[in-house]
Amino acid sequence: MIEQYLLSGVTTGAIYALVALGFTIIYNASHVINFAQGEFVMIGGMASAAFFEAGIPLPAAVALSIATATLVGVLLEKLAVGPAREASVVTLIIITIGASILLRGLATLVWDKKIHRVPAFSGETPIALGGATLLPQVLWVLGVSAVAVALLAWFFRRTLTGKAILAVSHNRLAARLMGISVRRVLAVSFGLSAALGALAGVLIAPIAFTSWDVGVMLGLKGFAAAILGGLGSSAGAVLGGLALGLIEALGAGYLSSAYKDVFAFLIIVAALVFLPNGLLGRRAAERV
Amino acid sequence: MFPRIVLAALALALSAALQAQPQPIRVGAFLSVTGPAAFLGDPEQKTLELYVEKLNAAGGVLGRRLELVVYDSAGDAEKARGYVKRLIEQDKVDLLVGGSTTGETMAAVPLAEAAGIPFVSLAGAVVIIEPVKKWVFKTPHTDRMACEKIFVDMRARGVAQAALISGAGGFDRSMRAECLKVAGKHGVQIVADETYGAGDTDMTAQLAKIKGTAGVQAVLNAGFGQGPAIVTKNYRQLGISAPLYQSHGVASKQYVSLAGDAAEGVRLPAAALLVADTLPDADPQKKVVSAYKRDYEGRFKQDVSTFGGHAYDGLMLAVEAIRRAGSTEKAKVRDALEATRGYVGTGGVVNMSAHDHMGLDLSAFRMLEVRKGDWTLVK
Repeated sequence: MIEQYLLSGVTTGAIYALVALGFTIIYNASHVINFAQGEFVMIGGMASAAFFEAGIPLPAAVALSIATATLVGVLLEKLAVGPAREASVVTLIIITIGASILLRGLATLVWDKKIHRVPAFSGETPIALGGATLLPQVLWVLGVSAVAVALLAWFFRRTLTGKAILAVSHNRLAARLMGISVRRVLAVSFGLSAALGALAGVLIAPIAFTSWDVGVMLGLKGFAAAILGGLGSSAGAVLGGLALGLIEALGAGYLSSAYKDVFAFLIIVAALVFLPNGLLGRRAAERV
Repeated sequence: MFPRIVLAALALALSAALQAQPQPIRVGAFLSVTGPAAFLGDPEQKTLELYVEKLNAAGGVLGRRLELVVYDSAGDAEKARGYVKRLIEQDKVDLLVGGSTTGETMAAVPLAEAAGIPFVSLAGAVVIIEPVKKWVFKTPHTDRMACEKIFVDMRARGVAQAALISGAGGFDRSMRAECLKVAGKHGVQIVADETYGAGDTDMTAQLAKIKGTAGVQAVLNAGFGQGPAIVTKNYRQLGISAPLYQSHGVASKQYVSLAGDAAEGVRLPAAALLVADTLPDADPQKKVVSAYKRDYEGRFKQDVSTFGGHAYDGLMLAVEAIRRAGSTEKAKVRDALEATRGYVGTGGVVNMSAHDHMGLDLSAFRMLEVRKGDWTLVK
């Protein structure tokens, strides 16, 4: 039975990890926790379902839905976050909460309040692994998470735009004096994390379906995973997500399924008390 | 001088004519037309408007026109209380129909009881009619009945030990509690009781635990929304062979299309309205559910739901009671409602009594099985 609990944990963990990754980019650029991240996930899922139901082949529907979400992310920055960029981080976070409510409302108008499905990328025949089973789609989620982590590491270390994002997060004024456009960095980071969120939404939809309100819980769990792994660290986000999924599955299996979320959040609280920067978070340098 | 006299005479004649016109019967409704419970209130409002219009076109009730006053309480018990007060005191309605959710209904109960006004609720929970309240009636079946229907079917298949898996929503929790309460009465022992959270994406851990529990002969999933579809897919993924039962909460085509092939062989209890086309002609409800489905879908171009059906039953029960009472005198209408026998509605055959202000029995539910992606009636 332990094998099935572990695979179940990996399934949920992979989903949390992918959602958590989206939080890291905007956090790296602005120290803002984007509470509309879950809505990007929702837009990815709902848009791909809508495009697919309209008769567009799956790969094109996936690409279109990611493009849609990227556009929404950039618009969110242009219309709401950018104009208030000189405000405090808390204000910006509250703006993202407002944006999440708005996006949920818009989703019910643009699409509907029904639950939708997106077909699995490589069929639904479970893969047997030592007496337990795993859906092929979970491998997609895991694989894409790994590729995303590698690409993000390359992006932040090797490209000028990535370095500019990190520079803005370290010292906005100094970055601006060096000729970096803070507005552009913010727009790029919102677009990028929206794209990543939408990708997560598309990959998750065949496993867990999608509807206008899936972003709420996925966003919350992804945020918890990002905190556990250390905010701002891509590898940490994946590690945090997998850890959270495994804790939940093992808690449900061996203790009580009624309290599985309680265990998960208790462990996060404990982790924050003893490891304030998460599993892989960089210690924030305190300037005196 | 002369024209003034003519005018006065005309005015007199007009007011006499107005007085000869009988007072309309005022039906007061408070529904969750918007907000989180809009999927209940929206079809309910449409149904009430449609049938008030139809009844008026057919000459009204007791020769009097029906007049519908609707307020949107948006799923909020506090708003419902305010609107019910207004319906009773300002609009002076003759009876109340509404309360899409149990919360809104329970907020209205003390007001209806104090004012002595007949009140037909459209909400599900047992607490509305247990204990019996003098002026309060309800049309929807209860989750306890769904549990009983499932356990009766399980016993017929020789199941004595079953597992329960339920979600965290209000519907899920209430049904879980009712099922645990009545399982013993029907000779079914619940040997595993697992839950999953709102928005959970994978239930294989809970199902693996159920699979590993000795003696599980059937599994019942009390749930609403996408949870039951995920449970169904995970159930097949783990290759569990015991029969799977779902609740009336997912008795819609959406569930079948979401779960796909995994839904094959799943059984669930559902109201007759959902299988209107499949019902045999001899079924007592065939005529009424087919007519309601045709009227509603013809007018609004959307699928009927059982919730709109509850509003249909609420209005028709009240109209029948007014006809039998021969007036809108509140006490007489109440007594007539309580004396309802053999009313055939969308929710079932209603036989009210002094102890039962809902009047439905287990025959209100049909046991369905998914075969080849469609419902079939289990004999």
